[in-house]
Amino acid sequence: MTTIINVPPSLEDKSFEQVLDQIAPLPLDEKIIVDTRHTRWASPYGLTALLALAQSRVERPVLYVPEAENVSTYWSRMDFFKHAAELYELQGRVVKAKAVETSVLLEVTSISKSDDVHGVVDRIQQRAQDALVKNLNLDAKITMRFTMALSEICQNIVEHAGRGGWVAVQTYTWRIRLGGRKVVVIAVCDPGIGFRQSLESAPGFQQKDRWDDGLALEETVMRGASRFRDPGRGQGLAGVRRFVGNWDGKLSIRSGTARIAVLPKGDWDEDEPLHENLSYFPGAQVQITIPERVT
Amino acid sequence: MINHIDVSSMLRKSVCELYSNLVTRPTGAAVRGEIEQELDRIGDRALTVIDFSHVGLLDFSCADEIVAKLLLQYVSVDSPRREVYFVFRGISESHMDAIEAVLERHNLALVTQQADGMSHLIGIVNVDERKAWDTISRLGAGACDDVASAVGLSADAAERMLDTLWRRRLVIRYDDGYVAVGSVTIPPQATRLDA
Repeated sequence: MTTIINVPPSLEDKSFEQVLDQIAPLPLDEKIIVDTRHTRWASPYGLTALLALAQSRVERPVLYVPEAENVSTYWSRMDFFKHAAELYELQGRVVKAKAVETSVLLEVTSISKSDDVHGVVDRIQQRAQDALVKNLNLDAKITMRFTMALSEICQNIVEHAGRGGWVAVQTYTWRIRLGGRKVVVIAVCDPGIGFRQSLESAPGFQQKDRWDDGLALEETVMRGASRFRDPGRGQGLAGVRRFVGNWDGKLSIRSGTARIAVLPKGDWDEDEPLHENLSYFPGAQVQITIPERVT
Repeated sequence: MINHIDVSSMLRKSVCELYSNLVTRPTGAAVRGEIEQELDRIGDRALTVIDFSHVGLLDFSCADEIVAKLLLQYVSVDSPRREVYFVFRGISESHMDAIEAVLERHNLALVTQQADGMSHLIGIVNVDERKAWDTISRLGAGACDDVASAVGLSADAAERMLDTLWRRRLVIRYDDGYVAVGSVTIPPQATRLDA
């Protein structure tokens, strides 16, 4: 049996839940067709999550590519189809990228080893300064901190996921609130073991009375827990939290059936700190959003 | 003897000729391993400049591996690896974010030297420790009595304080006195161990 998964017209972290709601009840080896024909827009999270989704399936899924030429072109510019061709059976016309997309700070990039993180850091430094300082009016100090945060989030895949994942970075206009403020978004998605299983693999791990994906996220993100005994571990995410807080940004991490968010002080986002009982999806899906500075 | 270790050279030597950023834990561990090999070549008692001037980015994982784990081996209360003192040079504002975070995590402190030659103590030190270090630094060198009168401590308390700072490798002990790490004149091109 083959099931068609309908991808919403606007694909970002929240609307991706609609995709997962359709997939979660299906056996892993069931053939699926991921239908993006009517998708008009996808965030870096949407694109990287679609790749992680394909990795999570036993049976190679089919991807109906977007019908709109500008969408297809953009996904090509983001290098999405280059990677998707290895994970999906692509159906439909893929339009090749014609020009460099200036809003793209980092195309969808595979992360599976430490060298990949070096590659990402080297590539993004060349573009980040202009995008963050000139386009988002952020202080020049942010460039290095932004890259540090990106490095740490990517390392989580190498250190904890147990399999490869994806990263992409882009600037775009945030339309949810405040009538179109620009943001820069980092998305890092993997279909690995996830936060809960990672902590469970710690030597001497003892399960608490309440133990679930939400608690595993709280322990890791808010309290710096790590599966390693080394007391120096867990600083990466703590540093990312500080970075996000200093720049009025938002950090959200989904793993298993829960999603935790470190929310901005400003009023540009109205998410909840913790969502539980979501549809199950393996691994970890991280999104960092830093808004334009408005003077 | 004052030695100089260029961290970016250690990075190129140990990991990859093309890298200029200190990111990822394996990279940090490899660079620290290279630094330790250099330190093994010097005597049992030495002052070493760890120079970050040519390092682009330093992330938290790398700072933990290079700075914190290096210091931890030499400030161990019971059995320090050897009597090696460090001055950290060329630390940028963004390096400082990562370094301060790992010092806090491990309850460590270190001495940085800025381009103008001024030395500063960063990390976890209490008020009295900082006063004592500042006093020794200002005096250039001093004995327990000098610190006791400057800080307003009893002679015994000053002695304990200075012993603590020595164990933390923030002051150098000699004969009957102490010198603050970083107040020793360090030429920009101290003996290079990374050439």
